[in-house]
Amino acid sequence: MSSYEARFKVWRGDVTGGGLEDFAVEVNDGEVVLDIIHRLQATQAPDLAVRWNCKAGKCGSCSAEINGRPRLMCMTRMSVFTREETITVTPLRAFPVVRDLVTNVGFNYQKAREVPAFVPPADLGPGEYRMMQEDVDRSQEFRKCIECFLCQDTCHVVRDHEENKPAFAGPRFLMRVAELDMHPLDAAADTGLDRKKTAQDEHGLGYCNITKCCTEVCPEGIKITDNALIPLKERAVDRKYDPLVWLGSKIRRRSSAG
Amino acid sequence: MSVVDRQEWDVVVVGAGGAGLRAAIEARERGARTAVICKSLFGKAHTVMAEGGIAAAMANVNAHDNWQVHFRDTMRGGKFLNQWRMAELHAQEAPDRVWELETWGALFDRTKEGKISQRNFGGHEYPRLAHVGDRTGLELIRTLQQKIVSLQQEDHRETGDYESRLKVFQECTVTRVLKDGSRVSGVFAYERETGRFFVLEAPAVVIATGGIGKSFKVTSNSWEYTGDGHALALLAGAPLLNMEFVQFHPTGMVWPPSVKGILVTESVRGDGGVLRNSEGKRFMFDYVPDVFKEKYAESEEEGDRWYEDPDNNRRPPELLPRDEVARAINSEVKAGRGSPHGGVFLDVSTRMPAEVIRRRLPSMYHQFKELADVDITAEAMEVGPTCHYVMGGIAVDSDSAAARGVPGLFAAGEVAGGMHGSNRLGGNSLSDLLVFGRRAGWHAAEYATGLTGNRPPVDDGQVDTAAAEALRPFSAEGPAPGEDDGRPPENPYTLHQELQQTMNDLVGIIRREGEMEQALEKLADLRVRARRAGVEGHRQFNPGWHLALDLRNMLLVSECVARAALERTESRGGHTREDFPAMDRKWRNVNLLCRLTDPTGGLAATDPVRGQIDLTRESTEPIRSDLLALFDKEELVKYLAEEELYE
Amino acid sequence: MATGTEPHLNSGGVRTGTRAAIDAPHLRTDRWWLAPAATAAGLLAFIVYSTWRAFANADYYSAPYVSPFYSPCLAENCKNMPSGPNADLFGSWWAISPAIIILIFPLGFRLTCYYYRKAYYRGFWASPPACAVAEPHKKYTGETRFPLILQNIHRYFFYAAILVAGVLTYDTVLSFRDTEENWGHMGLGTVVFLVNITLIWAYTISCHSCRHIVGGKLKHFSKHPVRYKAWQFVGRLNARHMLLAWASLVSVALADFYVYLLASGAFDDPRFF
Repeated sequence: MSSYEARFKVWRGDVTGGGLEDFAVEVNDGEVVLDIIHRLQATQAPDLAVRWNCKAGKCGSCSAEINGRPRLMCMTRMSVFTREETITVTPLRAFPVVRDLVTNVGFNYQKAREVPAFVPPADLGPGEYRMMQEDVDRSQEFRKCIECFLCQDTCHVVRDHEENKPAFAGPRFLMRVAELDMHPLDAAADTGLDRKKTAQDEHGLGYCNITKCCTEVCPEGIKITDNALIPLKERAVDRKYDPLVWLGSKIRRRSSAG
Repeated sequence: MSVVDRQEWDVVVVGAGGAGLRAAIEARERGARTAVICKSLFGKAHTVMAEGGIAAAMANVNAHDNWQVHFRDTMRGGKFLNQWRMAELHAQEAPDRVWELETWGALFDRTKEGKISQRNFGGHEYPRLAHVGDRTGLELIRTLQQKIVSLQQEDHRETGDYESRLKVFQECTVTRVLKDGSRVSGVFAYERETGRFFVLEAPAVVIATGGIGKSFKVTSNSWEYTGDGHALALLAGAPLLNMEFVQFHPTGMVWPPSVKGILVTESVRGDGGVLRNSEGKRFMFDYVPDVFKEKYAESEEEGDRWYEDPDNNRRPPELLPRDEVARAINSEVKAGRGSPHGGVFLDVSTRMPAEVIRRRLPSMYHQFKELADVDITAEAMEVGPTCHYVMGGIAVDSDSAAARGVPGLFAAGEVAGGMHGSNRLGGNSLSDLLVFGRRAGWHAAEYATGLTGNRPPVDDGQVDTAAAEALRPFSAEGPAPGEDDGRPPENPYTLHQELQQTMNDLVGIIRREGEMEQALEKLADLRVRARRAGVEGHRQFNPGWHLALDLRNMLLVSECVARAALERTESRGGHTREDFPAMDRKWRNVNLLCRLTDPTGGLAATDPVRGQIDLTRESTEPIRSDLLALFDKEELVKYLAEEELYE
Repeated sequence: MATGTEPHLNSGGVRTGTRAAIDAPHLRTDRWWLAPAATAAGLLAFIVYSTWRAFANADYYSAPYVSPFYSPCLAENCKNMPSGPNADLFGSWWAISPAIIILIFPLGFRLTCYYYRKAYYRGFWASPPACAVAEPHKKYTGETRFPLILQNIHRYFFYAAILVAGVLTYDTVLSFRDTEENWGHMGLGTVVFLVNITLIWAYTISCHSCRHIVGGKLKHFSKHPVRYKAWQFVGRLNARHMLLAWASLVSVALADFYVYLLASGAFDDPRFF
């Protein structure tokens, strides 16, 4: 067991202003950044605001930026840094700050509400659902999401352009659209809801320029870009930019209506 | 005159885990305007940590399964102390609750026929746990969260306001249930972000706050688990039931220190993982208790065959109920046969190919890789017992989830007592949340809507008192009346650490009379010091202040645990007495109830002997005969007292 | 002590007034600039080389090899390539290099490719330069407007790329001849062509549009077992799309350069048999 003293810079302040504050703090073997933040709370800064819950990378509460990179504090081991390094911890920089490391992530909850929910098939009752594993695999990958909102934070569409927030759902919620569109029993189409089309028309899929930062920061290792966003873009193309598919669906609709 | 913001709702649900959300959905669907209050962000509740699955006798994998078998397993696991009507309702309704989740968008792992796959788990006779890899809790919470959003979308379409009928107050903490005479009239809460106080006036309050694990040092529970709901109910005059039963999950991580206590899912054993001591021996074969002898394999060969052919072989003893396994690990470590960091070895690496491990246990693989730098496909994990769950809780009516003695107060989930008896089976927790969450929401809505025109008013005096209580940590610097001058305020973090150490060391997995008496004295001392817990800074998102307020709850609940544990002179389920190592049939039908000594609201009691809690005994209702008939006579003889057998 | 407590710049992006007051555009301490810089350098090198070669209109055929930049050759001014994929579709009025006619397709395929988009958005446009590094642009509309909305036509370039890859496959077959058009021979150039065509196909098939078309668009894999298998296969390749994009870019340039060396007489093709 070895311990040493590490140098930290932690952003402290609120919406009226603030800055990086210097700390020297003890670090022990096997600790993660969140442990150090807790030690600061217990010994030097009892009112240091931080969100956290499970401390095991399962709840997605302790999102922050460590040395400028969006990460979960509970999943960032101190051993990835050298002992000489000064470690900078700031709140997520894409969202309004509340206090210290806590930000207002209301944007994400608002976007969650804008994605129409799963539509259960009208002809199946509870207990009658039959789905094959290979058909649920894709949506299951997206349902691994712990809603840490690191992807929403790192995505330059809103991080660097506040004005895009109303029009863009962000990777997490575009992935939710993909999840529902790939759900084998989602009956949205029967109600006239075309998720492929609304992904682009209402949730801002076109803003995504697939630069993959969402995938890079995902602590669950979900291939957001390759498995959700790009397939969704291709599905939107089916609807909006592929004349053959478009024509085909027109004809089919006509013949099935007739 | 109080100036705090007030709103009117029909039902207020405290807690947004599985039980709280399920209650809120039910209440809203039954027409009650419903508010949910939770300490964390919406969707972060501790339910996300549940890994194994949801126990429900759907018989998708083994056709012999049905609710009677599930009921039987639950009663056996709880050592027949369960509130049997709850166990019955739970076993009967769990399948419907799981199927309903699918209609809300949940995606469970599938069988070859496309049905919901079910896995084996400790104490369950058949594969019974609906699951999604090892992240079932996340699926559950997300599904309920998304169902709530979908209800809000419905309301938005009709009323133009997402929150007109169902609103989540996230990052808010309830500190008091307000009352009008004996009836509930609302709750007093503060917003963590701003520190602002507010009152929700409501005739019905559902408590669904989860457990008490944060009173213990080594725990799998998150910071939220400070026993808030238990304390709120006590303070509102409702009794707590059988608080001595605390489940120590046998397999928590033991290294590195910062993650000590974090859970290693039971599915590791359900899928073939075995426990070995430092001598490489599968020691669990030495720890099969008499009551389970006929149900478990006697040789490694037989145990191994069971994974492939469960109908003709008995299960390996690694899958004994959690209390048995936890005690066994504890004994091995004490006997000096532990692993380097004070646990035992849990090995899957020699049992399954690396590929299968990564597929079946993905989060465990990552948890060990990222937190401990251990590759579980190549080496054994080190595990040891960790405080996981409290079986005790608010005493409730089995059918309606109504708390005893306080009209308008309901409780569901871990915070409610009775369902699991002295020990909970894995997988029964998630189904418990759904079954009784729904029942609590249903009866709360019924109660609230039945009161039209007769809503209990909120008393200003109670609001002012609650506000003063919540603000006390900011003025703690000054000496309390009658105390020495100039004593510095106490650091709430230090107090919390001392409390955790006390409970862990003195009221932990193995209990002794003298130690528990010592614990009660220490708790009394902490209680006095906690009155001086002071905080710096202001009310805006101040974690020191939040902790100072939570200390009240942890101290109350810890005293309940210690007092009840001292009283029960036997070992049963999650309560093990070194001085009374055997289960005693005379205790089978005894419930221990904790009530507040001074229900007027004062918390001045500092006498360690008397304390804040009064303990009473009561006899349980006899088990209905058709349910008893589900068991063999020889089995019942081991549990039931003579007079119960000859009913 | 806290530093930098002065009021926030409020100049948009991460410096928007309500966000944590940190003026640095980023706080990354790693070499985040390395990847976009290397990408930009690699792409630039290829652009320079390919522009020179495409406009050179010379040294692109040395029997039995034709440079992949000039195949198929569709103008009257093409060199005579026995059995080659040539046609006089563009008459004598086409005065410049015939490579220009055909290169538009592979160029369009790569330009609209989901990987290359990431590469040049990051490397050239700095949009963003790296994750959590502020981009320098005041406005951003992504692929919602002209011209970037045209990225949505990637799948048509994919169809074209299949045809081009077919032609290059044919060229590779032709490379099993000797200089006198007799079959059954092989030289170092044949190996170069084989490697190139393999990488070209791997890159083309691993395309995200291809993955969508072969199976990704389906709702129920269980009802289309063959397409499900195909989708899984393409998915495995697709996971290496970036690697294949670079490898095939290098290999096509090398194949061309090899032909250039032969045609310009700087090097003789070692013949195996």
